Amino acid sequence: MTEVHIIGSGETKFGEMWDRSLRELAVEAGLKAVEDAGIYSRDIGILYGSSSLAGTLNLQNDIGSLLADFSGIASNGIPAVRIESSSSSGAAAVREAYLAIRSGEYDVAMVGGVEKMTDIYGSEILDIVGTTLDREWETFFGGTPAAMAAISARKYMHDFKVGKEAMSMISVNDHANASKNPNAHYRNKITLEAAMKSTPVADPLNLMDCSPISDGAAALILASEKFARSVGKDGVRIKSSAIAQDYLALHSRDSIYTLNSTILAGKTAFEKAGLKHSDVSFVELHDSYSIYGLMELEDLGFCKKGKASELVMDDIGLTSSLPVNPSGGLKAKGNPMGATGVGQFVEGYLQIRGKAGERQVKNASTGLLHSMSGTGSTSVVHILGGA
Amino acid sequence: MGELSSVWRESSHRYRLVAHGCGNCKAVYFPPRDICPKCHRDSIGKMKEMELSGRGKIESFTVVHDVPPAFIRQRPYVLALIRLDEGPTLTAQVVDCDPSEVALGKRVRSVFRRVREDGKSGIIQYGYKFVLE
Repeated sequence: MTEVHIIGSGETKFGEMWDRSLRELAVEAGLKAVEDAGIYSRDIGILYGSSSLAGTLNLQNDIGSLLADFSGIASNGIPAVRIESSSSSGAAAVREAYLAIRSGEYDVAMVGGVEKMTDIYGSEILDIVGTTLDREWETFFGGTPAAMAAISARKYMHDFKVGKEAMSMISVNDHANASKNPNAHYRNKITLEAAMKSTPVADPLNLMDCSPISDGAAALILASEKFARSVGKDGVRIKSSAIAQDYLALHSRDSIYTLNSTILAGKTAFEKAGLKHSDVSFVELHDSYSIYGLMELEDLGFCKKGKASELVMDDIGLTSSLPVNPSGGLKAKGNPMGATGVGQFVEGYLQIRGKAGERQVKNASTGLLHSMSGTGSTSVVHILGGA
Repeated sequence: MGELSSVWRESSHRYRLVAHGCGNCKAVYFPPRDICPKCHRDSIGKMKEMELSGRGKIESFTVVHDVPPAFIRQRPYVLALIRLDEGPTLTAQVVDCDPSEVALGKRVRSVFRRVREDGKSGIIQYGYKFVLE
């Protein structure tokens, strides 16, 4: 089986882009990726579009066709389908592209992730993001993504005697890193005190524990080893790819602060890569809510269950032994859902080639990317580099 | 969205807490399932309806301040995971109390209430909520 390399990436700025449409954002990111890879549209064998909510947010489905059409390649006739797995759609789409190349069926695959979230005003957005939960048995009764995360957070804080500081530190770190990322939604730094005192959303989570509603798009070009060599590109290798599932609703799981899908995907990704935790130079975590940052560090095996607060309160900054979310993470780089997972790859691709500018992690050779659906129904873990 | 049939279809579960019990391993599922995740094929055709007592305790909870449109008049509300005495855990509101009275481990019982009303259709949807015992 061939190795799979990322040979190009592109993304828009993440944030509230009132003047940009779904298709404009997607095309901008796609063109940047094609330019970056130095390929032509005729080289692309297959396209995967990803969006979590376009059907309900923008009343637009068939995102694969939309991307192919407005990228000007509809007449090439290449396959272009949408991959949807809620908030992990982007990472799941990259995985499908990875498999398409790894199988030998295609030499070059393109992935385009996009979400245009600010066309819905006020609290109606909660009805739409609520579709990522179990509609009949969580959302129907008043469940929101933030509320479900808060329910996990309260029990976690109680059972492990962890204070709110540890959760807030995840957000403080995200904002510090995002201040060095020109594409981030929020580039302001925040203090621990401000993070802990912000507006309540779903107690014990407040505004600074929650990722924002963002517009944005990100795109990648993946290629076989043979193709990458033929165009003189080393790129960055996708060392391993893993995905796993858990129950859809939080109330069906044995533990409400253990992410079984993350444990399984993480374990598989490390095994397939033949790497240890100490080999990882940086991680990008799906911290849609700050509590998940703590749970994910534990369930990915970077520390023992209930002990992430020690790691986080010690140091997870860019110069620490385990830099977390150099991009700014979901809290501060932003969370345009279908683009979020693809955006993690854009960061990984920049970091490992030493092109991440002010937020460059020193000697970044191996990156772990973690993306997750809703409260943990799907987890996708990729390991990049590994040289 | 035309919600009438989707609401009507679930009424026995939402009004009377009708669960499904696995005839093979005796595990109880709420929300109901047609296949037991433990017994798989051995449970096919053996899931039996059973009414739950509506009694249980609070596993965890939150006070929701940022609420969807159908819940604006209830803001803020307590949303909890409740472990029922028969085994299953469900997600529901805890009402008729001050949020400060709610705590992990407290006993609760189910009550029949208006859950939400949907914007344009205005259909009032009923189901279970819980009160402190």
